[in-house]
Amino acid sequence: MTRNELLDLYFMDARAKLIDLAAFLDRVDRGTGDADFRLAAFRSALRELNGGESARARAVLVSLSDPTVEPIEKSPGKSAIGAWLGNAN
Amino acid sequence: MRYIEPHGHMVSRTTDDYQAMVTSGCKAVCEPAFWAGFDRSGVQGFYDYFCQLTDFEPKRAAKFGLPHYSWLCINPKESEDVKLAEEVLAIIPEFLARPNVLGIGEIGLNKNTRNELKILERHVDLAARHGQMILVHTPHLEDKLKGTRLILDVLKSDSRIAPEQIIIDHVEEHTAGIVLDTGMWAGMTLYPESKCTPARAIDILENYGAERIWMNSACDWGISVPLAVPRTALEMRKRGWTEERTDAVVFGNPLRFMSQNPRFRI
Repeated sequence: MTRNELLDLYFMDARAKLIDLAAFLDRVDRGTGDADFRLAAFRSALRELNGGESARARAVLVSLSDPTVEPIEKSPGKSAIGAWLGNAN
Repeated sequence: MRYIEPHGHMVSRTTDDYQAMVTSGCKAVCEPAFWAGFDRSGVQGFYDYFCQLTDFEPKRAAKFGLPHYSWLCINPKESEDVKLAEEVLAIIPEFLARPNVLGIGEIGLNKNTRNELKILERHVDLAARHGQMILVHTPHLEDKLKGTRLILDVLKSDSRIAPEQIIIDHVEEHTAGIVLDTGMWAGMTLYPESKCTPARAIDILENYGAERIWMNSACDWGISVPLAVPRTALEMRKRGWTEERTDAVVFGNPLRFMSQNPRFRI
């Protein structure tokens, strides 16, 4: 498909998601108290959008991932959080 | 349109969902064993669940003219309890001869712990000793990349199972390539809130090739869309995919993978 055909298909959807992201960050700014590591991880992942290569989705996912290689001793619970604590340090 | 739902947790769905899937062109549904949303209290709970997957649910699906197949295991979310997991592993062989069982799954990791890894290795050994295909669940969100690498290391180290008889499910942009490079199959799960959207799934097909990838809805007790596969097929048409190329992905690929087990017939 041409770039303009892809814009025809996805621009409005991407525009809405972009505004949602901006509104989300504004909403968190208006909140009280300290934000935990997820906000820093999110902001770090956002920087991947400015990458020059056509692998931004992969880069965002890697940015939010646990990069370690050894299994952990004990499960901290069943659920995933969406960001890795270590990336925000 | 015709398609196969290769990963649907139908015990969590209604008869309306069965009707919608069949009227949308679904030709078969395959159901891996998974976590119920709560921990079962003992091995008897799994015995009952395996009876449901291999007896009751196929009959329920048959009322809608839909062939139903299943995969058996203790899901990684419950395999942190090694004693329970070993008890469950011990009862799986008696179910493997049932006519709708395709293999061992969905096994894998959840939080990438040593206990989960130990039970994954036990499942792989069980599959190898009984000549079963394997369906693998990869962890969620921040744990997926590490978990996928650990899982691939386990599978690659056991030469008894051919890579083409393994599917690694829930791949995303950061894991699709490393899975396909092993010769194993990859699955993409179409979820509204996590994993892949239809647009991203099509991106992955276009970037990594569509030869050894299937798409599934993984519809379960959480927020999920039983018609995610046919809806993605519609998106593929918008993206310029021909009917033949779309059919090869949503019908042909799951058919090719699961037909490695002669029990799979539609």
